[in-house]
Amino acid sequence: MIALSVNGQTHQVDVEPDTPLLYVLRNELALNGAKFGCGLGQCGACTVLLDGKPVFSCLVPVAALGNRKVRTLEGLASPDGKPGPLSIAFEAEQAAQCGYCIAGMIVRAQALLERNNRPTEEEVRAHLAPNLCRCGTHMRILRAVRRAAEMMGGGVRAVAEQKP
Amino acid sequence: MSGPSRRAFLAKGALTVAFALSRGAAAQDADVLPALPGDLAKSPLLDSWIGVGDDGQVTVFTGKAELGQGLKTALIQIAAHELAVQPSAVEIVTADTARTPDEGVTAGSHSLQDSGTAILNAAANVRVLLADAAAWHFAIAVDQIDLRDGIAHAADGRTVSYGELVSGLSLHVAAKPNVPRRDGGAKVIGENLARIDIPAKVSGGEAYLQDMRLPGMLHARVVRGPSDGTRLKPADVEAVAAMPGIIQIVRHGRFTAIVADDEWQAVKALHRLQAAGWERAGEPLPTNGMRAAIRSMPARELEIFDYPGPPAPADAHTLQARFSRPCLMHGSIGPSCAIALWEDDSVTVWTHSQGVYPLRRALAELLGLPLERVRCVHVEGAGCYGHNGADDVAADAALAARAVPGQPVRLQWMREQEHGWEPLGSAMIVEMSASLGADRRIVGWQHDLWSNTHNTRPTTAGGLLAGTEMDPPFVPPKPQPIPMPEGGATRNSNPIYALPNARGTFHFVERMPVRVSALRGLGAQMNVFAIESFMDELAHAAGADPVAFRLAHLEDERAREVVQTAADRFGWPMRGRGTGFAFARYKNLASYCAVVMEVRVDRDTGEIQVPRVVAAVDSGEAVNPDGIRNQIEGGIVQSLSWTIREAATFDATHRTGFDWSAYPVLRFPAVPGRIDVHVIDRPKQPFLGAGEAAQGPAAAALANAVAHALGIRLRDMPLSPERIRAAFRPAPAAPRQAAG
Amino acid sequence: MIRGTRLTAGIALVSAVLIAVAFALAWHPEIERIAPPSASSFDRTLVAEGENLARLGNCAGCHTADPAQPLAGGRALATPFGTVFATNITPDAETGIGAWSRDALRRAMRRGIARNGEHLYPAFPYDHFTHMSDGEVDALYAWLMTRRPIVGRAPAAQLDGVFGLRPLIAAWNLLHLKEGPLPADPARSSDWNRGRALAEGLAHCGACHTPRDGYGAEDQARAYDGAMAEGWYAPPLNARSPAMRPWTADRLHIYLRTGLSPSHAAAAGPMGSVTRALSEARDEDVRAIAVYFASLMSQAPAARQDEAEPMDRQAIAEQTYPEAAALFAGACAVCHGPGAPMMQQGRPPLAWGTPLQADNPHGTVRAIMEGLASPAGPKGPAMPAFADVLDDRQLGQLTAYLRTRFTDKSPWPDVEGAITQVRQGTAK
Repeated sequence: MIALSVNGQTHQVDVEPDTPLLYVLRNELALNGAKFGCGLGQCGACTVLLDGKPVFSCLVPVAALGNRKVRTLEGLASPDGKPGPLSIAFEAEQAAQCGYCIAGMIVRAQALLERNNRPTEEEVRAHLAPNLCRCGTHMRILRAVRRAAEMMGGGVRAVAEQKP
Repeated sequence: MSGPSRRAFLAKGALTVAFALSRGAAAQDADVLPALPGDLAKSPLLDSWIGVGDDGQVTVFTGKAELGQGLKTALIQIAAHELAVQPSAVEIVTADTARTPDEGVTAGSHSLQDSGTAILNAAANVRVLLADAAAWHFAIAVDQIDLRDGIAHAADGRTVSYGELVSGLSLHVAAKPNVPRRDGGAKVIGENLARIDIPAKVSGGEAYLQDMRLPGMLHARVVRGPSDGTRLKPADVEAVAAMPGIIQIVRHGRFTAIVADDEWQAVKALHRLQAAGWERAGEPLPTNGMRAAIRSMPARELEIFDYPGPPAPADAHTLQARFSRPCLMHGSIGPSCAIALWEDDSVTVWTHSQGVYPLRRALAELLGLPLERVRCVHVEGAGCYGHNGADDVAADAALAARAVPGQPVRLQWMREQEHGWEPLGSAMIVEMSASLGADRRIVGWQHDLWSNTHNTRPTTAGGLLAGTEMDPPFVPPKPQPIPMPEGGATRNSNPIYALPNARGTFHFVERMPVRVSALRGLGAQMNVFAIESFMDELAHAAGADPVAFRLAHLEDERAREVVQTAADRFGWPMRGRGTGFAFARYKNLASYCAVVMEVRVDRDTGEIQVPRVVAAVDSGEAVNPDGIRNQIEGGIVQSLSWTIREAATFDATHRTGFDWSAYPVLRFPAVPGRIDVHVIDRPKQPFLGAGEAAQGPAAAALANAVAHALGIRLRDMPLSPERIRAAFRPAPAAPRQAAG
Repeated sequence: MIRGTRLTAGIALVSAVLIAVAFALAWHPEIERIAPPSASSFDRTLVAEGENLARLGNCAGCHTADPAQPLAGGRALATPFGTVFATNITPDAETGIGAWSRDALRRAMRRGIARNGEHLYPAFPYDHFTHMSDGEVDALYAWLMTRRPIVGRAPAAQLDGVFGLRPLIAAWNLLHLKEGPLPADPARSSDWNRGRALAEGLAHCGACHTPRDGYGAEDQARAYDGAMAEGWYAPPLNARSPAMRPWTADRLHIYLRTGLSPSHAAAAGPMGSVTRALSEARDEDVRAIAVYFASLMSQAPAARQDEAEPMDRQAIAEQTYPEAAALFAGACAVCHGPGAPMMQQGRPPLAWGTPLQADNPHGTVRAIMEGLASPAGPKGPAMPAFADVLDDRQLGQLTAYLRTRFTDKSPWPDVEGAITQVRQGTAK
């Protein structure tokens, strides 16, 4: 049995220690946020937060977790079920076509905005680069991140400051 | 996926006589009824499309599928509008061979034209029936009835709900043509109604086939070589079958699937089998590149179009150009997946196939079952952009599940299996020639096109990968060209411009070295890329502004307005140093779309940045304008990725673009700075599909902008950094290059 | 008393002479500023030649910090003596080299003297560039002067104590700088000679791959024996090469052009930047470099044995490091394990990569912690970073596991030290 902390709760799962976290989240804990896109760390559809840092859950064996805290899309909502600012912003901007990449985008963006709620446009794009979107929803995703940053008391700056 | 099934609805309640319509229905002569619009013609009964429960809940049935294009929401809007109910009172059942009409494949941007129009008219019919029923109920004239929010209001203040009315009403009647649209009242069509599927997608709800968890569900993986035309070398199957968690290795002929009770165990077993290596099964692939191969293989010459006109004068200025594109991937972000369950010698397959009815026929043949024992239910997958692995994985799942009847089996393709086996968009070559007369207008035009087929969607077992692996194998049908006016490879090869003396010839290459089929836009992306690039070259030769040159040859008023709108909103003719314009009407039948693009090209690195894009689109009556904008934005970005980045690559034995590192697509840093899409609404005009309208114009606008920026015309996609650098200097020869 | 005075005077005289000599050696005149030459004044063929040289020398690798501001400098170079910042070599007159004449560039490339007479720190490898011909320097000048001028001044170097004193470099040059071109070896092919001229000169391979003495000069007695540079281990390029499979000229050529050798590994760290630049250089020149180093490595152990099957001692590795075996299976095997798609597609197995064979774990540790970006553009092998996935203890176990599973070499000492350095960003 392996213990892991997901979205503030501890779970005991009976899986092989080399099982990637993605499969545990989906198949043992019935969480839908993290998705299988490639299993190779190339597309970001499986992105979750591990102690606040965005990681590819398809490449995290559960044996590696220890006491570290996993947060998925579902865990970004408040304890009483109110959606987090990014989820609200993505819905307000209708930032999805097929939407398969969106959960990963939200979690990746969450890591950025928790660290810095005043990023530049360039920083947002660079930060989201590990996540692929095939439908071409990028413009709306960027607008949603901007909107969420404003909701969180910050905002996205259009132009990077001139380097000294 | 709940709601009353058609059978259940018919089973309860008496079949009462339908009320005659008050508008001259008796005068209709049954033999010369005007045709029913859209797919209503194929399924004329109202209850095929609309159900009203005794709680007033409306159910819409469509044979089309939600692909992420916002279809469900748009159809709900249409029905809610015509029925005068709140959208929240409408639920929708999509593509299910047990419950919905057969509307073929959700493709070709036909959904609103075919299904939307059918539902519009069916709902109008139902509304009229409800009004008549209310009039009867209150014993007043029908023009005293006002329908609002699911309630019929009599002029004197009495009300009755649809739920109460429906018990005395049968919808199992044929639709009448020419039923007028609802007039006045709350507007639903034309509103930017929020997509009903997005809330689950941004909160971790169950939104995809991949999220389904059925009781007792097992996990499976199919075992194949790395790409079409390859197979695995023999491996120690017994050893793998004995691995922990593995329930069975299913084998039929060359088909092999691993069934396990744990998904990760199935993956490990798959890798173990793959460690045995693989080999080419069949002829070696052409190593000079797929487009060179297409150009040189035997071809059938077919005339595409022939516009009459006097031959060009001998002294006319003639230009020629050759354009090309490589094979392209669909590249769905979520690899294809299906769930199958066998019970009582029948099988249910949950699939994200675009065509549940054709798939059902193919599966029935593959599995040796009568049609009625096969049910295919569409559940949303990741965006497919055409014929990807969805149908094949459905067959794989059905075969795997047959070995464990009573237990659902979820079979997920791996990333590299999707990359290796999905049908590609064909490589294409277009050679163009045109002449300018003394008045600097086009006086002659020739469009020659080489391509494989753009459709191998399965209708028989031979069209499924698993079908070709059976012993004896099912034979794939011979590929056929799709005829005009829709066209496959020939789509949009017939220019919309008013051109005299214009001819198009399709060199149809039947032999397919690699697996190809429909990719979003089919031939349109290539043909529009060629035509619109060439129009710019002609404009340049004529000394004319590219937009003015196009307008000089465009007679279609709606086309002219789209062109002018995009140009005006961009600020054309203020062009800066790298701007390009392009326009097309998808299939010359669907949406009109013009795109203006501003680019910056770094001559040292060959990288292209796109600071700004402006587009205008006319989709007829805009059911959900924001949905149209979403599709056009997405089409522009996806087409940019195709045009700048992408090319399927091969060596003599297999596809070498096996994952995202070997077949890269555009990532955030390269995506445009801003995209503005202006939707021109045409109330009461027919719905025109918008899902594929932007691919061609975006590709051509990009090429035209790059030509403007660099003064050099690039005609071969992708306009990659390597190609752009090479345009300035001879390319350093690489020691070994995968053909593309 | 008189003897003391004479002694003092003698010492004072000798000191004065020494100081004068030292001054003469250390002092160099300023070369007058010129107006930045116009781009159109340069012959296009010369500029193209200069571009080829710039790729071979990978100027941008050090002199570009922000890809949007090419050659504008600002990039930090960690050395054992402190941190140096690459300067702005765009033709901006005030902050770049726009006011440099051709002679000024020649003097800088040959002798490490800036236009204003200051010594440049030998982190700028003029001890290699000194072997370039005049024609080559002129071509490079033409290319540099036709780049986009960018305003920007690099930060001042932060060197420890006396190492910051520029005049002392004069002494260093006296001891280590050997000016002038290398004579060709008539017994060798023209390819080999060209390769040698490039490798020893413009491409400055020894600047990373040759160990340095206490004064930071390359130890020519141990040329290409391998060394740490910028926190990465640059492996041996001679008979000491630990590569499992021979580095033939063909294989090296492919590696240098594409950043991937299917018989070895992908380019990592600074070699990513190098191969990216070489992918745009003239092919014959890259081939020449490959021919040269293939000959240097022709006596390496791999060259003298049969082509090796990849080693995989899975059972003993799992027995020794059971926890790491599970980590590998879940985090690494989907790409690096037998039967993984990447392995089916001809990407090299870990056993053939030099990082695992090297005598220190730096390459392996950095690759795991930081990942690898595709060297030559968006298409190519890439690896995600695991620094946020695995803690230091797990990384240590995994590194040791890899060494045991895929090689038969003895375990590395101080894997923990390497991990800590990478974690803290202090690897040099």
